[in-house]
Amino acid sequence: MNEVIDGLPEEGAGNGVLPAPLVQRPGPAAKVLIRGAELLDPAAGIAGARDILIEDGTVSRLADPGSLDAGDGVEVIEAEGLHVFPAFFDPHVHFRTPGQEYKEDLETGTRSAAAGGYAGVIAMANTSPPVSSPEQIEALRDRASHVASIPVGFTATVTRDMKGTELTEMAELREAGAVGFTDDGLPIASARILRRALQYQAMTGGRIALHEEDPELSGKGVMNEGIVSSELGLRGVPSISESTMIGRDAAIAGYEGGAIQIQHLSAIESIEQIRRAKLDGVDITCEVTPHHLCLTDEAVRDLDASKHKMNPPLRTESDRQALIEALIDGTIDCIATDHAPHAVHEKEVPYEAANMGVTGLETAFSSIYTELVLPGRITLELLVEKLGCGGIPFGIEPFTLAEGSRANLCLVDLEAEWVVGEDGYESRSVNSWCAGETLRGRILVTLADGQVAFRLRSFSLGVA
Amino acid sequence: MKHLLSIEDLDQEAVDGLLDRAESFAEVSKRDIKKVPALRGRTVVTLFYEASTRTSSSFELAAKRLSADVVSVKASGSSVEKGESLKDTVETLSAYDPAAIIIRHPQAGAAQMLSEWVDAAIVNAGDGMHQHPSQALLDLFALRQRIGSIEGRKIWIVGDVLHSRVARSNIQAFSMMGADVTIAGPPTLIPRGIEASGCEVRYGLEGIEEADVVYLLRMQHERMEESFVPSIREYARLFQVNSRRLNPRQLVMHPGPVNRGVEIGGDVIDSDRCLIADQVASGLAVRMAILFELLAHGGETHANAEGPVPIGEPA
Repeated sequence: MNEVIDGLPEEGAGNGVLPAPLVQRPGPAAKVLIRGAELLDPAAGIAGARDILIEDGTVSRLADPGSLDAGDGVEVIEAEGLHVFPAFFDPHVHFRTPGQEYKEDLETGTRSAAAGGYAGVIAMANTSPPVSSPEQIEALRDRASHVASIPVGFTATVTRDMKGTELTEMAELREAGAVGFTDDGLPIASARILRRALQYQAMTGGRIALHEEDPELSGKGVMNEGIVSSELGLRGVPSISESTMIGRDAAIAGYEGGAIQIQHLSAIESIEQIRRAKLDGVDITCEVTPHHLCLTDEAVRDLDASKHKMNPPLRTESDRQALIEALIDGTIDCIATDHAPHAVHEKEVPYEAANMGVTGLETAFSSIYTELVLPGRITLELLVEKLGCGGIPFGIEPFTLAEGSRANLCLVDLEAEWVVGEDGYESRSVNSWCAGETLRGRILVTLADGQVAFRLRSFSLGVA
Repeated sequence: MKHLLSIEDLDQEAVDGLLDRAESFAEVSKRDIKKVPALRGRTVVTLFYEASTRTSSSFELAAKRLSADVVSVKASGSSVEKGESLKDTVETLSAYDPAAIIIRHPQAGAAQMLSEWVDAAIVNAGDGMHQHPSQALLDLFALRQRIGSIEGRKIWIVGDVLHSRVARSNIQAFSMMGADVTIAGPPTLIPRGIEASGCEVRYGLEGIEEADVVYLLRMQHERMEESFVPSIREYARLFQVNSRRLNPRQLVMHPGPVNRGVEIGGDVIDSDRCLIADQVASGLAVRMAILFELLAHGGETHANAEGPVPIGEPA
């Protein structure tokens, strides 16, 4: 008889031990002394000015400012007035490998993430072809071990080639290293298929991340349905396209005891669905993007598809305010960028014909800091926490500055002002929703799993 | 005025100026020799990605009456069919150094993109379901010829507003010129929240007797297959405007082409109160005025200039 497994097993797809979830290119371990920066790690209760010494890639000491001396070969950063946060984690990025490397690849994608202060990301599986076989997961992990400047985890699709009809070999995919499953880019239209996947998940583990929209209701929509779409004559995607699918899928997950992550929440009705499901005890987590926190469909009036066309679409001011409230009250678990690079020729076409998606890794912190923290709408602590906890739904603990932990941190100048795109991007694509905007707060240095993954060119390090 | 992309590019004064200019051109069209030398030696490109009879022919003729050299490109039978992008097509045509490009495109914002890519003046001859400003201007002209100012007049726009760029431009244009605009149609064909643009919304023809002008929109058979309406028959029963539904003082307009017996009764088309022929005739004069304002008038809006500039002798 098959044994009955309650809930998600801690490890193992069936029997085997799972590989480490994230993969990075090996490199020299950092030896850095950051002097006098303001540390902020809300989860660990660390706040205030400290010296932080990193040796062999590990936070070896925290001490009063000015009290630590650098040993031989230790780089010193005089960081008075700067901030240090635990590095961020993004559970939702599109790195386009394999098949669409002209938009992004694992090298440029991870560089882009590092430039945004990230020390971990999870790549979506809607590549070309989609990631549906264990061999593909192995190949991606192998590639990442050669070129990824920060650790990357890979998802596999829920259904074979994202066709929505047959399940992938979820157990073997887990054994090969898939951190979770998603058909992101497309909804799982069939309730029956999602139900089977969630049943099977009880054996394999691996949260299923869901792109929620009802294709029947979205139709050929290209922006939020509302006053702006009516005036512009663009076909609308109604908010109920998202919320009704969340309601359906939360009910299925609740019934089967499955674990789901709702991706890129955009609408007020969707938040209500999440609240209800959480109250009912469903294992449901959810993300919001920086652009949905900062912009509304009013931005689409410029018909600039490069900056303002994405799926789900930008919605109204009341949706945006509700998303902020839900972030504050904990209904929304984390901030995820849905970093979606596209080539210029895919965006420099009339709005309706353009690809959906915007890049966001390099501006996630600065955009929300500028739009929401500086005006006092949310606290810096909340922003740091919500940018940092995106791995939890996939079993990856947030990074910390605590002594003895691996060095995963970013050094940030909150006073710096910069124009997005002025000095180019680390990403291969330029479809940033912030392009040309002036933002406050800039990532200067990122350490990822003990390695220096990024340093801003204009910010040099001195060697003691 | 550098481009004509949307009715929002204009204000009341600019519209009045354009219509004054169109009046002088209407005069020219009555002469034996209908050509003036205003754009002699300059090139006008018409670039049509959608089928069109009225708009393409009247823009083409308008440019020729102004003595411009005209290049007409249609998507079918051109390199567009070989997959050339809009940008590349436009850059190719730009090699002829056109003074103006008149574009119709099935997608919103195409004209605006052109205006960012090239130096030529861009005229939007219809972009997706977004805007069709020259149609709104010629409708205003036809109305002005018939009833003078539309300030305070009640205008009903009836039918498939959802899919209509004409409706979007005309709601803005009629409102800007001081008319009270009501839109009427089945709820499935009324865009959500459209009342925010300052018009009233009705789901039937009750009260249409208050309208001074009834502006009908084309009802396409595809709308039935897409479940916007259960049948064209029911649509016609509920929304067709015919003589029985009108009193003699009410005027009827339609951008064409009409579906006789669907949105409009044949008896109305053939009656005096119908402005359809006036609208077509207005098209030529108004489009001459648009090209003249953009190309021969130094890019100044008419509002900032002296009264109508005398039009040159026949070329």
